[in-house]
Amino acid sequence: MTVEKIVEILDARVVAGGDCLDLEVCAACGADLMSDVMAFVKDRVVLLTGLVNPQAIRTADLLDIKVVVFVRGKTPGDDMVEMARENGMILLCTKYSMFLACGRLYEAGLRAGGVREIA
Amino acid sequence: MKYLYTVRGDDFARAGKASTEFKHVLSQLGIDPAVIKHSSVAMYEAEINMVIHAGGGVAEADLSPERVLITMRDRGPGIPDIDLAMTEGYSTAPEWIRELGFGAGMGLPNMRRNADELKVESVVGEGTTVTILIRLPTAGEGK
Repeated sequence: MTVEKIVEILDARVVAGGDCLDLEVCAACGADLMSDVMAFVKDRVVLLTGLVNPQAIRTADLLDIKVVVFVRGKTPGDDMVEMARENGMILLCTKYSMFLACGRLYEAGLRAGGVREIA
Repeated sequence: MKYLYTVRGDDFARAGKASTEFKHVLSQLGIDPAVIKHSSVAMYEAEINMVIHAGGGVAEADLSPERVLITMRDRGPGIPDIDLAMTEGYSTAPEWIRELGFGAGMGLPNMRRNADELKVESVVGEGTTVTILIRLPTAGEGK
């Protein structure tokens, strides 16, 4: 699924990386806890989160996650937008809640989740 | 090659900068992407722990053709029961840290999951040293 399609499905606003919307993602991870994100192993991932602080960008950067969606109408600060630009990331904002945003992407065909081993 | 980073304990917004900088070094050197991911996650979790629990510390990353060796040293309060601290979901982090997206009791388990070898040495009242070893794949072998 392209990021452009995600923007359409989530009625999202693009706050960084608007020139890269043809990027393809294959899996999604919805989490507010960054350690949960780090337990998630997949490539070409979109991260959906309600956490709006620089750690969300840093966690995504460390995991090579290029697309982050902030849910529930939250907006990242200028410092976060700057960090995202430096790292070539795309930031989106949607008014949908985490549940609805994940549900809409799933319904549209983005089905792959993480492959975390449960001990 | 050795890389040294000072981890500040007074500013949570900066937590993770050392890990990010080292990750970019590994990327520039063209290190195997799986090794980069494992190193980044393990080091970041250790760095976050240092900031939350120990007021910062020193991160040292040593790179050789065979492995990445990351040593995180702090002079924090130490860990009284390391086995308990390694339990997934066990956390002593304060509430405000949880609101920042951490403190879910996943730090040490995530380090263990990503390291080929993980050593946690701690003395209560003196500090903690976490050593993370990640092997590089030899030619023709994926991780």
